[in-house]
Amino acid sequence: MNKVLMSGNNIIGEAAIRAGCRFYAGYPITPQNELTEYMAEHIRKAEGGVFIQSESEIAAINMIAGASATGTRVMTSSSSPGIDLKQEGISSMAACELPGVIVNIMRGGPGLGNIRPSQGDYFQATRGGGHGDYRTIVMAPATGQELADLTMDAFDLADKYRTPVMILADGMMGQMMEPVIFKKPPPRNYPEKFMLRGAGDGRSKFIRGLLLDPIDSEEHNWKLYRKYEAVKKSEVHCDEYLTQDADMVVVAYGTAARIAKGAIKRLREKGTKIGLFRPITLWPFPERELRTLALKIKNYLVFEMSTGQMLDDVRLALQGYADIEFHGRPGGAVPTPSQLANVIAKIYDKID
Amino acid sequence: MSKVIFQHPQSLKHNTYHYCPGCGHSIAHRVICEVIDELGIRGVTIGVPPAGCAVLAYNYFDVDMIEAPHGRGPAMASGIKRALPDSIVFSYQGDGDLAAIGMAESFHAANRGENITVIFINNAVYGMTGGQMAPTTMLQQRTTTSPAGRKQALDGYPVKVCEIFSQIGGVTYLERCSVSSPAGVNKTKRAVRKAFQCQMDGLGFSMIEILSMCPTNWKMSSVDSCKWIDEVMSKEFPTGVYKDNIPDLKKNAEKIS
Repeated sequence: MNKVLMSGNNIIGEAAIRAGCRFYAGYPITPQNELTEYMAEHIRKAEGGVFIQSESEIAAINMIAGASATGTRVMTSSSSPGIDLKQEGISSMAACELPGVIVNIMRGGPGLGNIRPSQGDYFQATRGGGHGDYRTIVMAPATGQELADLTMDAFDLADKYRTPVMILADGMMGQMMEPVIFKKPPPRNYPEKFMLRGAGDGRSKFIRGLLLDPIDSEEHNWKLYRKYEAVKKSEVHCDEYLTQDADMVVVAYGTAARIAKGAIKRLREKGTKIGLFRPITLWPFPERELRTLALKIKNYLVFEMSTGQMLDDVRLALQGYADIEFHGRPGGAVPTPSQLANVIAKIYDKID
Repeated sequence: MSKVIFQHPQSLKHNTYHYCPGCGHSIAHRVICEVIDELGIRGVTIGVPPAGCAVLAYNYFDVDMIEAPHGRGPAMASGIKRALPDSIVFSYQGDGDLAAIGMAESFHAANRGENITVIFINNAVYGMTGGQMAPTTMLQQRTTTSPAGRKQALDGYPVKVCEIFSQIGGVTYLERCSVSSPAGVNKTKRAVRKAFQCQMDGLGFSMIEILSMCPTNWKMSSVDSCKWIDEVMSKEFPTGVYKDNIPDLKKNAEKIS
């Protein structure tokens, strides 16, 4: 496959179809409309591909839940306020152990906020969002290539753990054009016993999230918990940039990490020793990896396009091990690398 | 030689119903199971039970089932049917599920002409949660959230689902029945059969509204509940066929072939 130039939203769509996604439902919302439009145009060209423009995000998530139950690879996408509406269905899919990929191209909030890139949905994504004791695997791509790779991986992870997986990007990631090479996805491995396709001559099956007996329900919760522990053990991903000799490390994900990288490049030219730690999975958070880094580096600056949400996870990982500073730009504000470089330089100058 | 004229439907599990005495759900379940047996579609049928008293429907229906969040049955059924076009998909919904919290999903599944069947149980009350006012609660009817009776000025009017849905382009077959009498049960069965047949023939969206007893929350005896449907409820919600595009669609199909 040759290198092609595509917008982030289209990359996600193409990667999903190549990964075998054959059912997409969605409702228009900026800044992710290009993804819905891409699916409308292209998924129907794939054999068995279904596109539905739903009446709401609530309907979309329940449509993909239904299609997922039949054993079809499914995806829906939206942006922040629309993801609020999907939470009912995400909680339900987690309870019913239905695989599926949910894309959140974040915009400014709270409320309707604005349509500028933002990272204010970190808590919603990593803490569950919907009600009940569940977790959602959350991937945070930072390049066009990662959008493609992680979208494909998301389908495999969703199958492997039978749980919804979220791609958490923002308006900047969705809108920008970048070169990408689509990898060949591995063949799907999803047992038929989990699919509802009609009982045939055999026993009928049912899928449910309602467990009226508290002991049954408790056991179901512990079962989900054990699954999440397995995810935490094997599915953590992160990336480090120039941390080898760094005196201070910036912790950032997605678009914020790209801006931080630009800032760090500028600062390195002046001889300041700054590195970048970039979580690629936000849940599970690369806690051990960050703490290992803290064995040698004691100063951290968390940068987010929010008032400080991932900051909590960094504190949980590093509290008592290192000093943590924070810089945030919420509500759709996006600093330039040079603006961020100034902020970093000031904090860097303060450290011993 | 003996002939079987009555037996336990194969698609109905041998479980004791959890429903209250005099409740209409068990009759509706049996009717659907008899139809599934007669049409020979047990092996390809997928049912979507709602939140509400019928949430445990999978304890009774011996077909594949997946429970939907409250009101989302038609969206989930749409997803199942589109992903698996050869299956027979039905959602089973109460009045709160269909006409309040799930009105958007119901309306738009109907409007898209999804080739699914909706079984709509109208008992004019929220049963499982203990008898609160439903969108189909009658004017002056007392419920736990309309203790002085439903007042149009405060609570609006009973939602007439069949009348509204008959105006929707995507709807192929629409009938309101009742299970308050043996004749009503027989009519209901014919309607359910017609609706499933409509789906099997690929003719699009069908819905059967069933006026159904809820003696517990109506605070009536079982017999009085049946009477109340016949004498009061069916005046507000007249039974009958509200839309039938089946003959036209069949004629068109013949013309094309």
